[in-house]
Amino acid sequence: MDFDALLLSRIQFGFVIAFHIIFPAFTIGLAAFLAVCEGLWLRTGKEVYKRLYLHWVKIFALAFAMGVVSGVVMSYQFGTNWSVFADRTGSVLGPLLGYEVLTAFFLEATFLGVMLFGWNKVGRKLHFVATLAVAIGTSISAFWILSANSWMQTPAGFDMDPATGNFYATDWLAVIFNPSFPSRYVHMMLSAYITTAAVILAAGAWQVLRDRLSEPTRWQMRMAAGTLAVLMPLQIAAGHWSGEVAHEHQPAKIAAIEGWCETKDVQGTVILAWPADNACGLDGLTIPGTSPALFPNAHGELMGLDAFPASETPPIWIPFYSFRIMVAAGLGMLVLGVWGLILWWRNRIDQPGLFHWAAVPSGSLGFIAVLTGWMVAEVGRQPYTVYGVMRTADSVAPVSAAQVATSLLVFMIVYAIIFTAGVVYMARIATRGFTDEPPRPPSEERRAPGSPLGAVDDPAEKLPPDIAAAYRRAK
Amino acid sequence: MDYPLIWSVLIATAVMLYVLLDGMDLGVGMLTFFAKDEEERNMMTATIEPVWDGNETWLILGGGGLFAAFPLAYSILMPAFYLPILIMLAALIFRGVAFEFRHKAVRRPTRKFWNGAFYGGSFVAALSQGMILGAFIQGVTVEERAFAGGAFDWLSPFSLLTGLSVVAGYLLLGACWLVLKTEDQFFVKVRRWALMALIGVSIGFAAVSLATLSVDARVTDRWGFTMTEVDIWKLLPLSPIPLAGLFLTAWLARDLTMKPGPDAAPDWRPYLLAAGIFLSGYAGLAVSLFPWLVPFEYTIWESAARDNALALMLIGAAIMLPIILLYTAYVYRLFWGKVKPGDGYHGP
Ligand code: HDD
Ligand code: HEM
Ligand code: HEM
Repeated sequence: MDFDALLLSRIQFGFVIAFHIIFPAFTIGLAAFLAVCEGLWLRTGKEVYKRLYLHWVKIFALAFAMGVVSGVVMSYQFGTNWSVFADRTGSVLGPLLGYEVLTAFFLEATFLGVMLFGWNKVGRKLHFVATLAVAIGTSISAFWILSANSWMQTPAGFDMDPATGNFYATDWLAVIFNPSFPSRYVHMMLSAYITTAAVILAAGAWQVLRDRLSEPTRWQMRMAAGTLAVLMPLQIAAGHWSGEVAHEHQPAKIAAIEGWCETKDVQGTVILAWPADNACGLDGLTIPGTSPALFPNAHGELMGLDAFPASETPPIWIPFYSFRIMVAAGLGMLVLGVWGLILWWRNRIDQPGLFHWAAVPSGSLGFIAVLTGWMVAEVGRQPYTVYGVMRTADSVAPVSAAQVATSLLVFMIVYAIIFTAGVVYMARIATRGFTDEPPRPPSEERRAPGSPLGAVDDPAEKLPPDIAAAYRRAK
Repeated sequence: MDYPLIWSVLIATAVMLYVLLDGMDLGVGMLTFFAKDEEERNMMTATIEPVWDGNETWLILGGGGLFAAFPLAYSILMPAFYLPILIMLAALIFRGVAFEFRHKAVRRPTRKFWNGAFYGGSFVAALSQGMILGAFIQGVTVEERAFAGGAFDWLSPFSLLTGLSVVAGYLLLGACWLVLKTEDQFFVKVRRWALMALIGVSIGFAAVSLATLSVDARVTDRWGFTMTEVDIWKLLPLSPIPLAGLFLTAWLARDLTMKPGPDAAPDWRPYLLAAGIFLSGYAGLAVSLFPWLVPFEYTIWESAARDNALALMLIGAAIMLPIILLYTAYVYRLFWGKVKPGDGYHGP
């Protein structure tokens, strides 16, 4: 196996999954937000929720399409680039991914059609059911894929075929609910809601700054700030839980995250670190004696990097700094949420100010935290794909470096194009705001003025503007 | 229970449904190249917009199912088809986002770009799928449970032939779908498209069938042919497959050439007949290749996952597949009927 195909495959996998996760992180949260808006509209009958729904569903459609196409790539990556891994783990991970397709992908993909195109075709309640189906589908999908990923982090309930070295399950419940799955699922779902809230808040703040305030904008900001203020503290608790689980099962990862060099009974918190000429290669600015507070359940010694042979430790710098960026981003969003609530309380959330200037760039903080968070988890478990059992170097497919280099280049170009276009189109909708007329009621109630039976819609309404003009001219 | 056999039937069915459903989407996608203006193009895409994502999910079930049920086959075939799969994925990415993006592009050059991504992506995806099929039939080089051939083994005159045949087949499905979904002003045009595609399909499928016979002696033997003679008792029981294909082709040709009017063929029939032609081709392939999953190297039993994994998934499939089919049917029924100019893009 030449090292080049391995390294390139790792880069490619990291790149395509990082690209993919941007969209789930947003669509899982947005689907839930849309379900809440539509539900509130049905309950209260308030126009503002409907307008929020009809506005954000357009952005959802774009993000979802990008999530789907990049997801299809993922499901072929296992075979094209990690075929040895696929062969050996297929009897354990296969069913989890199979269940994901059967219970989640079909649900979300099929009802997406009703959600986007059924507004005039089904009743309000049924349309709400479609939105719910999509939202539930996204969280089921996250359930299975995170279970698969967590099994790779903390494998359980399996044995190995002595002849082929292939894994097989001995206890399915132990496989699915493996030790790191509950904390990872909670942490990731909260990440998705938080990421989406940060984006919605940023879009609202932008409209306020551009003087495009309207009732939906006001509500969107209130809802988003409230979500951040409530969920961020929960997220800190969930992150802490993840840390404890990782400490129990992957002590080398925690040593890297924390920058602990030596094994001691009581460790400090390293705030900043820099390369140094000592045994583990790093030195840092440390607050001593914090570990009893941060890891109250850990007994005995806390292992530092010196406790592991070099062949068993992950790269240090990426987990170390990724972790700090994630936490900083989280704290930033916590501040923003609380700040927003205070402004709402004082009735000033719709007056442009420092808050809004801060909120606009902070729309990216959720994505930053999600990406760095995955970096912590995935780089921190190296050099293994199945932790402690199967090494990354032994997982790669027998493809040539030239092929992988080609595919990496193709993905970079293709993703650059669709990412740019997608972000431009989404930003265009998000920043346009709600100053336009409230949308018309569904077609049954729509009548052209002056014609008693004039239920004829003007088809040009739904066409893009330049074609609509041509269409009207032709008539 | 013979789980590998059950799972090979299930996965074959998923791939077949993918071909019939998303094949039609890709066909409509390619046909937008011939649309006379933007309005016509929007009308064509409106016939598939609400359903394409669900249709594409059968591909994920096919690929994911192969990983889950036959990890060894998956781990050999995917690296073997590395480049055509890459090309297919890139094409599907462009086609998938173009559904949304072409409506969002306000300037003319970008709209053109996404329209091109839509029909170009559809074409390249169809071609690469057909070429992967051809390469699969040819078989791949294997050593010690792993692919051991070259990066371009999949590229051959035979795979090019299967690629073009699949393009023709998808065009036929797409055109027949448009017969069902569009109204009078389209009547003549889409039928002409369908007829031309049908001619391509007839030539392509016949050529592929004959060429497949010469791929491997085991295939030839299965149909009762040897170098010099024909074993009629092997051929006879299998002959309904090609004969059904011929019969359906003739029937479809008749339907498509009928004049509009009260006794014209019902609009739904061409699509069903086209699907029938595909089924006959698929059945022929299945007969030729069974039970090879990595042709001429590993059978379905040799490449299957553990029984306990297959059993667990079978429970899921037995419960979920009927539900999936039910709600898929519901959504198709919801969007049943002709599209009209200006139909489509999201709600109000
Ligand atoms: C935490 C959630 C999460 C994570 C870690 C992943 N995905 Fe994903 N994926 C989703 C959450 C999701 C989703 C929410 O269900 C998506 C995103 C947007 C969307 O359209 O559905 C999706 C779409 C999606 C699709 C298209 C489904 C469809 O047609 O609806 C496929 C095939 C995959 N993913 C496969 C993968 C694979 C093989 C992954 C890992 C290696 C992966 N995803 C990581
Ligand atoms: C969704 C967010 C995810 C992100 C951002 C992510 C990121 C990464 C990164 C950056 C690596 C490279 C680590 C290194 O090589 O040092 C990696 C490796 C890997 N990840 Fe993930 N990952 C994610 C989820 C998953 C999931 C859900 C699975 C499987 C179910 C998975 C399977 C793998 C595998 C097999 C590798 C080994 C290949 C490699 O080392 O590059 N990942 N991931
Ligand atoms: C502020 C306090 C936070 C703490 C203490 C924390 C802690 C952690 C820890 C220890 C891990 C590694 C888990 C493992 O490898 O098993 C992790 C991973 C992760 N974090 Fe955080 N986190 C925090 C905030 C956030 C925020 C705000 C987000 C996103 C909005 C986020 C997103 C993620 C993601 C996506 C992962 C990878 C998936 C996983 O392993 O759970 N985190 N976090």
